[in-house]
Amino acid sequence: MENKISLTVNGQSHALTVTPTETLADALRVRLKLTGTKIGCEEAECGVCTVLVDGEPTLSCVYPAARADGKTILTIEGLAKSEDGKLVLHPLQEAFVQHGAVQCGFCIPGQIMTSYALLKRNPDPSSDELRHALKDTLCRCAGYPTIENAILDAAHALRTGEPVHPPHIPDSVNAKKLIGKSQIRPDAFEKVTGEAIYTDDLEFEGMLFASVCRAGVPHAILKNLDISKAQNLPGVIAVLTAEDILGEHTHGLVVFDWPVLVGTGERVRYVGDALALVAAETQEIAEQAVALIEPEFELQTVVKDAVQAYQPDAPRLHESGNLLKHIKVRKGDMEVGFAKADVILEHTFHTAMTDHAFLEPECSIAVPLEDGRMEVYVGSQIPYQDRTQVARALGWPEQRIRIIGQLMGGGFGGKEDVMGQIHSAMLANSTGRPVKLLFDRHESLVVHPKRHATQIKVKIGAMKDGRVVAAETELYGDTGAYASLGEKVMTRATTHSAGPYDVEHVRADCYAMYTNNPPAGAFRGFGVTQSAFAVESMMDKLAETLGLDPVELRRMNALRVGSITNTGQELRDSVGLVECIDKVEAEMRRLTEGPHLFTPRPVPGSEHLVRAWGIAAGYKNTGLGGGAPDKSGAELELYDNGTFEVRSSAAELGQGLVSVMQLMVAEEMAVPPGQVRVLVMDTDLTPNGGPTTASRQTYVTGNASRLAAVTLREAISRSMAEKYDIPPEEIRFENGSVRVNGTTLTYADVAREMKEMGQQPRALYEYEAPRTQPLGTGGDMHFAFSFAAQAAEVEVNTLTGEVRVLRVIAANDVGTAVNPLGLQGQVEGGVMMGLGNALTENFIVEDGYVITDRLARYRIPSIVHTPEIISIVVEHPTADGPHGAKGVGEICSIPTTPAITNAIYNAVGVRVDTLPVDQEKIAMELATR
Amino acid sequence: MNLWQQYIRPTTVAEAITALTSAPGPALPLAGGTDILLDLQQGRHSPVHTIVDLTEIPEMKSLELRDERLFIGAGVPLSRIARDPLVVTHARALVEACDLVGGPQVRNVATLGGNVAHALPAADGTIGLLCLDAEAEVTGLHGSRCVPLPELFVGPGKSALQSGEIIVGFYIQTYAQGGVPLTGTFLAAGNGDGRTYASCFKRIMRPQGVALPIINLAIWLERNGNTIKQIRIAVGPGGAVPFRARKAEAFLADRPYSDETFKTALEALVAEVKFRTSAMRATSEYRYHLVGTLLKDTLETAWERAG
Repeated sequence: MENKISLTVNGQSHALTVTPTETLADALRVRLKLTGTKIGCEEAECGVCTVLVDGEPTLSCVYPAARADGKTILTIEGLAKSEDGKLVLHPLQEAFVQHGAVQCGFCIPGQIMTSYALLKRNPDPSSDELRHALKDTLCRCAGYPTIENAILDAAHALRTGEPVHPPHIPDSVNAKKLIGKSQIRPDAFEKVTGEAIYTDDLEFEGMLFASVCRAGVPHAILKNLDISKAQNLPGVIAVLTAEDILGEHTHGLVVFDWPVLVGTGERVRYVGDALALVAAETQEIAEQAVALIEPEFELQTVVKDAVQAYQPDAPRLHESGNLLKHIKVRKGDMEVGFAKADVILEHTFHTAMTDHAFLEPECSIAVPLEDGRMEVYVGSQIPYQDRTQVARALGWPEQRIRIIGQLMGGGFGGKEDVMGQIHSAMLANSTGRPVKLLFDRHESLVVHPKRHATQIKVKIGAMKDGRVVAAETELYGDTGAYASLGEKVMTRATTHSAGPYDVEHVRADCYAMYTNNPPAGAFRGFGVTQSAFAVESMMDKLAETLGLDPVELRRMNALRVGSITNTGQELRDSVGLVECIDKVEAEMRRLTEGPHLFTPRPVPGSEHLVRAWGIAAGYKNTGLGGGAPDKSGAELELYDNGTFEVRSSAAELGQGLVSVMQLMVAEEMAVPPGQVRVLVMDTDLTPNGGPTTASRQTYVTGNASRLAAVTLREAISRSMAEKYDIPPEEIRFENGSVRVNGTTLTYADVAREMKEMGQQPRALYEYEAPRTQPLGTGGDMHFAFSFAAQAAEVEVNTLTGEVRVLRVIAANDVGTAVNPLGLQGQVEGGVMMGLGNALTENFIVEDGYVITDRLARYRIPSIVHTPEIISIVVEHPTADGPHGAKGVGEICSIPTTPAITNAIYNAVGVRVDTLPVDQEKIAMELATR
Repeated sequence: MNLWQQYIRPTTVAEAITALTSAPGPALPLAGGTDILLDLQQGRHSPVHTIVDLTEIPEMKSLELRDERLFIGAGVPLSRIARDPLVVTHARALVEACDLVGGPQVRNVATLGGNVAHALPAADGTIGLLCLDAEAEVTGLHGSRCVPLPELFVGPGKSALQSGEIIVGFYIQTYAQGGVPLTGTFLAAGNGDGRTYASCFKRIMRPQGVALPIINLAIWLERNGNTIKQIRIAVGPGGAVPFRARKAEAFLADRPYSDETFKTALEALVAEVKFRTSAMRATSEYRYHLVGTLLKDTLETAWERAG
């Protein structure tokens, strides 16, 4: 029985007929095409879908549309005012843009609507009131401090009528005309108005909706699969099983071990394994059909963790066994090292599986074309790999597939593996109609790869003066059911497991193991997050044992120019670690009374609350390394109207690569950034930028963009030199134009003149980063490293064990800060993700079954967890980086967790060796003293 | 999935009862729906035929003084309760409890009626109401009855509501009539004869997992000088149903406020409360460890408010 409702949306009256189960979010998005309101969880947790109902922030994805009868709704599309055909932003929108509060953009409509309601009720909110109002409006890019500043600035603007005041962020010490100065990202405007389109916002004529039948059991042999009831359900157009796969039956990023669909007689290796695909006229019918599919299993013993998987009697999950890879690092002689040491410490640490929890769940839409090709619309970190994998599964040549990347609501490594792309393409190919496959939050949590749970044993030997002479580590990494990027991730965990220190004797052994847990793969930090927690905890234990200052201990052992890394690489430039440590120490001293930084400080009047600082350091490679060719292509074209377009299929997932590409080109061509458009992630239109992983894109695609610009500039110089008969070196590129022999040509003139000469004003550059060497062969395993030190100040409640992080000082050596405004957002988000890793996040799997299969059970940090974050930018340029820049996306997250756990130890003497921090353990341990 | 077939929105309590009892079943009353809709969507509640939305019934959205009692309609959103001056004056514990349920957007929709009807032993709103000695007005086919809150619960997640019955609202005794609020920010209420009344709600959370309290606690007390005249203490999850620490309350009544009194009261509470272990949230040992801290903290605040 349908409901007729009338409601006012953004000032317009609508009469709608809605279904009994329809949500307000669906009514807005599907019926009224107001797709600015996004859907993140459908379980009243994330706040992304917030709209105002009669002025009150309301979660539209759990609000029955029928209830909206007679209500007045305001959505993000209703904030900006149209004046003379131009949108004029609301001060909140303007402030979000100017402050750099917009990253992936997916949460922004919810943030702005929630804060709009706050400011209506309270025009001058305190920080506490603001945090109270935004508590459950999550941002996984986690630029919470900037979001807060933007809202407070907008509040000021609304009260006074003054314009918003963008923050003052210092320029890079290596600043050029544009590079190194804060710039607003090119996509910020559309992301604050709700115009920004993400995959799920797209609709195609005749589009079907897909749903996937998942195994639901962690380990079994599929004995039978009955799809007849699903096939007979009216509205179902196709039900596909493994028998319908036309090409290869497995996919993967490195190892092709992941079944596209598990066939009868084959092995199910985790609960998220796909058994069958349904395409139907509606999402509801597709889900009903999936519920009618009847699999029969022969259940097998479940392999629960990496250590169990390594035992000789463990069930074998793959033909090759359970060992994906034994990774070894060898340097010096351990016997010599430990014999020399005055003190030897050993401890074992455990880290939890964690989830990226990007706020935009996976979505892909496959559209079959009349010419026999297929388009796949998807937010993916590796568009060209998607093309390869979809083509393989369809048995097609790659050129028949076109991946058209969409704006991504966060990735963090979690959108590198293929999720729905192959499945939607198979269904589209089978039905001849466009097919949308959208994961809900539950499916996203259960299916996509996680951060590896690890067990890390560290044995460390040092001299009395603190000099570390030997470090031996043993790691077990749980890579779950399939390889994904497990080998690469655990290699990084292993090579970085002795910390950013110059140690003479190093041995590391890592066992990357298959289990029946969800696969583990790339996740910001890429293994180093785990090993940094272990080794940085050990450094503090060592400092305590030797009675040394933990800052001094780190400084003494820190990697410097000239140091040899654990893999035998000599660091020749760009090692800013000591400066990071120095600056963090100085900032701690500035903020702390008394000579002792790391002693417990009870809060006067509340003696059960004890504060202390903790410190940690870290390093992280930029780029793939290990001998893998690391390339990116960029193409630059000058249009007749004098504007440029730079293209690469590198991925923009919110991190700000589009700004980097724009600035690289604008700097070389001497034009304002607005004159350069950026097109990314389209395999027909953009050259391969490689995977967006390993903090590599600023470096490789930044270089590719810059060098494409240099190439085009040289071509322009040659052409103009020929035409005007002057030496090419006399041609000047300045102030948005080209100066030839005293004449100023606009870029539109240049484009026209080149075309008249039969030349295309276009350049393609394929950049290849300096060669690297495989692990174990010595030499340069990586072409650059980023370095960091962080200090965290915590407050521990000694009665309850509760932990709050009050302040984090983060110093990052990023080579050159290309866009300081974007860098600020990356650092805030990195710190918050590290804080979540320490305090809130725990992806729990029991006997292969996922317990944390809802966002309600998997908690990511919110604005109420956000400490004051003090970002210190350290710039030691790297020779081959674009303007000296190297990666930043991961390094800013790596030291946070151990800085927090070391601070907890300094406050109350409880050593956290298992993540996340368990307040109950702290309280009970303190109670027994 | 078609989790329900029709959605109806009655505008009177009588219409709602009629709908619940005569519409094609199963029929489910829905207030804010922030829990139940998710239970339906996630398969924890079996599909129903009819949803009866109670949020358009003026009686259930009313919040007012009725004689000497505060009436809070079961359909009033928690955010409205949390900022209503009447509730701030007379039922501060309820303000604090309602202001902590879920997040701000949830509180704009979720209701006190839903919080109580869910019958969870540590529901914040329930624990707040319990210390205020609230009564629920329950209406069904056979008319209305007033039920003392403790009698509304039979087990974890199970209320004493019969099929076709709904909670229309809650009554809370007030003490300020004839007197004046004691402090500028309405921290406590008194009736002018030296006796003062105050309440307080606090809870302890953990940052991981489901956002349910490890332990929550609410206190209402009457203070006369340095004496606790009367006190009511509610603790969640102190048993299978929302728990009142009656032995501790009885001990504290007419005693001076002192460390010694507190110690004995805590012993009494610990002897009668039954904390259990909740997987991935807290062991019972941890809860026993915390309850003293929380009791002291809450009592101190309530005592000072009444001062």
